[in-house]
Amino acid sequence: MSATTETRETREPQAINHHKSPKSHILLTLAAWLCGLLFALPVVWMIITSFHKEEDAATNPPSVFAPLSLDGYRSFFDAGPWPPLLNSLTASVLSTILVLLLAFPAAYALSIRPVKAWTDVLFFFLSTKMLPIVAGILPIYLFAQKANLLDNIWLLIILYTSMNLPIAVWMLRSFLAEVPVEMLEAAQVDGASLTMTLRKVIAPVVMPGIAAAALICFIFSWNELLLARVLTGTVAGTAPVFLTGFVTSQGLFLAKVCAASFVVSLPVLAAGFAAQDKLVQGLSMGAVK
Amino acid sequence: MASDTVADAPAKRPPGENTARSTRLAKAGDWSRRAPLLPALIFVIVLTQLPFLATLVVSFMNWNAYYPEERGFAGFDNFVRVFTDSNTRNAVVVTIMLTVLVVGISLVLGMLIALLLDRKFLGRGIVRTLMITPFLIVPVAAALLWKHALYNPEYGLLNGTLKAVLGEDAPQPDWISNNPLISIVAALVWQWTPFMMLILLAGLQSRPLDVVEAARIDGASAWQIFRTMTLPHMRQYIELSGLLGAIYVVQNFDHVFTITSGGLGTANLPYFIYQTFYTAQDYGRASAAGVVVVIGTIIIATAALRTAFSLFKEEAR
Repeated sequence: MSATTETRETREPQAINHHKSPKSHILLTLAAWLCGLLFALPVVWMIITSFHKEEDAATNPPSVFAPLSLDGYRSFFDAGPWPPLLNSLTASVLSTILVLLLAFPAAYALSIRPVKAWTDVLFFFLSTKMLPIVAGILPIYLFAQKANLLDNIWLLIILYTSMNLPIAVWMLRSFLAEVPVEMLEAAQVDGASLTMTLRKVIAPVVMPGIAAAALICFIFSWNELLLARVLTGTVAGTAPVFLTGFVTSQGLFLAKVCAASFVVSLPVLAAGFAAQDKLVQGLSMGAVK
Repeated sequence: MASDTVADAPAKRPPGENTARSTRLAKAGDWSRRAPLLPALIFVIVLTQLPFLATLVVSFMNWNAYYPEERGFAGFDNFVRVFTDSNTRNAVVVTIMLTVLVVGISLVLGMLIALLLDRKFLGRGIVRTLMITPFLIVPVAAALLWKHALYNPEYGLLNGTLKAVLGEDAPQPDWISNNPLISIVAALVWQWTPFMMLILLAGLQSRPLDVVEAARIDGASAWQIFRTMTLPHMRQYIELSGLLGAIYVVQNFDHVFTITSGGLGTANLPYFIYQTFYTAQDYGRASAAGVVVVIGTIIIATAALRTAFSLFKEEAR
């Protein structure tokens, strides 16, 4: 395996540096392309299938070049996907905003003006991510039942906020830790208030971090299934819950399922492609910048 | 990326304002330090710790929603049932296998692909984008896609490709029934390899290349460079991506629920608890299983947290 192939000439082309020969460069390039295509293939297949008629979608061998059709999308949109899609949008956007509002001051208190036991607090946040959601779901369900919050989108918003808050705190903290002390001192000398300092000095520096945190919180909320499935029903059900309902369909349904999967994934695909570098920062909780 | 913004630091100073407040940042009281932290901290404690405490209480109760009149204290009965029940033991094994296989395979594949992408070549950006795609598919959608569009024995792409390549006599296996757990693992690896790859690639690109170049000029082989320079540098990135991946995969519900509905011996603990509580309405036993999961997680998480902490100390200022 060649770890470090730089396209630069070497002084000893014969012996061990064969990984720099143009031939192996081409081979490695081909291998990279092959991997990329292989990993994207299921998605490409999903998109192709979603534009086929049901009878062309379920053939063996597959009919790749069958005539295109919007039937799959038509039957998906006839099934009433808008309320769940809007629920997903509401839950993801509002919980992301809540997360940022709570996480930003917390991250500030864990980096710039740290509380005494700030490492303990930070690791407490991380440890809550390791507590499986499923272990607390029953009391949440029973509470929601008592409080008449079952099938209420606000319950999901609150739970998604608690689910993503630790990630956002970690990420924002790692960005805030990079705010240069001189800048803070300058602001302090100028007599800027706390909110002023936050808004005018710190926020611009950590804007990339905020964007990354927002992206990752949005994706995780949008994707969530277990809580939504247990705690919502016909009113507040989200898009992933709606998707699971497709499996019960009778007869041919492959094009419809592919169309549905594609539409539901579209916001995540768009957000993720638009902000690829933010994705890495977000996934690594700010450890990789 | 976030560190090159120092230039616009010094703001304009209002005259005569600086003396009284110059020590304000240093002298502020503890509570003003804690105040910004408290909302988030209380929020997280209330929503993650309280439910778990309640689970702990319920785990010692005899409580099935189908038999509400029998509700009462059960002692350790639920735990005895959890440990003697073969379904639970199976769920524990499945959870461990699923996590180890998915994280392990994704790490190795992610590393190999990251190495391939850590070079300049034609269309590198496009390949990177192609590679990320699986991670950006909603997990339920991905599970549905694998189950119906790829694995289906009659018209799935896998068997379709076999028939297209090998002709009419091609084998047409029933992928999910034959290898239920591996089917789930494959679908999960497809989604998590890009995750690993992204973090590992970022790690590779943060390598000090001049040292590598020097080693190469000194005649070190590619393998030697990889083993003695790249791997040690990558250790923290491998640990980080493995740790984060494990946190999510251990809790996986979507794929098990969608691909096999927990059948064919693939019910992992999250699915098992979901079923016990949601379908069987056995609150006491579901809670006991939940407590077991948490204790198991704490054991693993302590190790993981130690890793995270050592990483953290390296990067903290």
